[in-house]
Amino acid sequence: MRFMLIIKATKDSESEHPTRREVLTAMRKYNAQLARAGVLLASEDLLPSSSGTRLSYPVPGDEAVMKEGPFNETRELVAGFTLIDVRSREEAIEWAFRMPDPRGFGVGEIELRQVNEIPEKYL
Amino acid sequence: MKKSAVHRSIDGIWRIESPRIIAGLARMVRDVGLAEDLAQDALIVALERWPETGMPDNPGAWLMTTAKRRAIDHLRRNKLRDRKYEELGWEIDRQHEPDWDEALDDPVGDDLLRLIFTTCHPVLSAEAQVALTLRLLGGLTTEEIASAFLVPEPTVAQRIVRAKRTLAAARVPFEVPPKAELAARLSSVLEVIYLMFNEGYAATSGGSWIRPMLCDEALRLGRMLAEIAPDEPEVHGLVALMEIQSSRFRARVSPSGEPILLMDQNRALWDHLLIRRGLTAIERAERLGRAFGPYLIQASIAACHARARTASETDWVRISALYDALSQVAPSPVVELNRAVALSMAFGPEVGLEVVDALMQEPSFKNYHLLPSVRGDFLMKLGRKQEACSEFNRAASLARNEKERELLLRRASESAAQ
Repeated sequence: MRFMLIIKATKDSESEHPTRREVLTAMRKYNAQLARAGVLLASEDLLPSSSGTRLSYPVPGDEAVMKEGPFNETRELVAGFTLIDVRSREEAIEWAFRMPDPRGFGVGEIELRQVNEIPEKYL
Repeated sequence: MKKSAVHRSIDGIWRIESPRIIAGLARMVRDVGLAEDLAQDALIVALERWPETGMPDNPGAWLMTTAKRRAIDHLRRNKLRDRKYEELGWEIDRQHEPDWDEALDDPVGDDLLRLIFTTCHPVLSAEAQVALTLRLLGGLTTEEIASAFLVPEPTVAQRIVRAKRTLAAARVPFEVPPKAELAARLSSVLEVIYLMFNEGYAATSGGSWIRPMLCDEALRLGRMLAEIAPDEPEVHGLVALMEIQSSRFRARVSPSGEPILLMDQNRALWDHLLIRRGLTAIERAERLGRAFGPYLIQASIAACHARARTASETDWVRISALYDALSQVAPSPVVELNRAVALSMAFGPEVGLEVVDALMQEPSFKNYHLLPSVRGDFLMKLGRKQEACSEFNRAASLARNEKERELLLRRASESAAQ
């Protein structure tokens, strides 16, 4: 089963400064562990939301409304993700525990979500 | 108790750590069966102790240390140590006891590599190789292995016990094989993994949309192997082949459970993440700049299909060239038949027919329905309807599957009617 480890955005990740070297090194090491265990599918960092675009549908049926970033609600934003394929929820949680604190400063947050793998036609 | 212990489960930790622990112990005690027992002992200690003391900061290291102490106790108790020291030419001297802490640290995965070469050792039967590999490297329970193969649990338990005994009796060394044997032994490892994958693939014919457990396990082992043996192009080739085949799971069966042929599949349902991973694995293999082996060639064929946005965009010329190469390195009648199909798609049915005609005398194909079925298809395209009709009838009489027989009879009557 697949799980996504979603790394939440912080002030730091939303700023233009590059991620700190210690964090990068720790993440690289962690990803190597995932790969060595054969569970890593993908891992990506996102650019700050200042380069993002948002489409919303305030009026159903109408055309989408487009808004350019940056977006304010930092804690709700995503800064990156890691997709893993593991055998159980317990294993996924254990891998989440091993992920290095993505930001430090007491604000790092990782959210673990299971991927829905049931194709549409079976629902 | 630390807060994390509430959520963090020993099961999850065990899944991640057990292959590494067993591999490290096997190097100490030179017996994979004993290594597994010692590792299990450490797990039992953890199950007893952690609920009281809370989870240690680094549970993996804790398990490893506990298991290692048990192994040292065991070596001392059984005086095995003395023999081992003699074998290794070490002084029997407490002061010079090897540093097991360092010995168990396995940053490049050499112990895991030794372990997989051992569980896939040719002294074992294919069944035993698969079961032992799933058990020691996949960390699966006997029950899980039994349910994946749809066999009773005691059967699997016996297979594993016997496999361990065979390895011990044959004094199979815990090592990466020497250079002279490496190629042959590696191909036996790859064979075990691909066999596992195909068992899983074959088990999906009902309306199942889930990637079967065995396919996932095989893929995981393959990906693991690609990290610990990154210089072997065939390892990447096998991984690529499995990634790309897995990418089609959602598309290969209709909601009512009918199999859907590759050319008729809805390509939007393919898993493009797995395709991308497969293509990347092929690139990794190609960068090594060595000759293409059978897995890499098969992966490259699968990649041709994966790259085509629609069935009509398939690069059949390249696929036929790859089948030519495959028939050089791994000749077989089945490869020839596939080559014939590829050639007919690339250059016309008459070219394919020539290859198929050469196969007509093949003894292993005497009762194989796909040969007359493919030949019938070529003849039909060439307008030789009567011959096509009799080939389809012959194919129908050989088909074992009812649905296939129906389809072939329908094609026979269609070709007769036109």
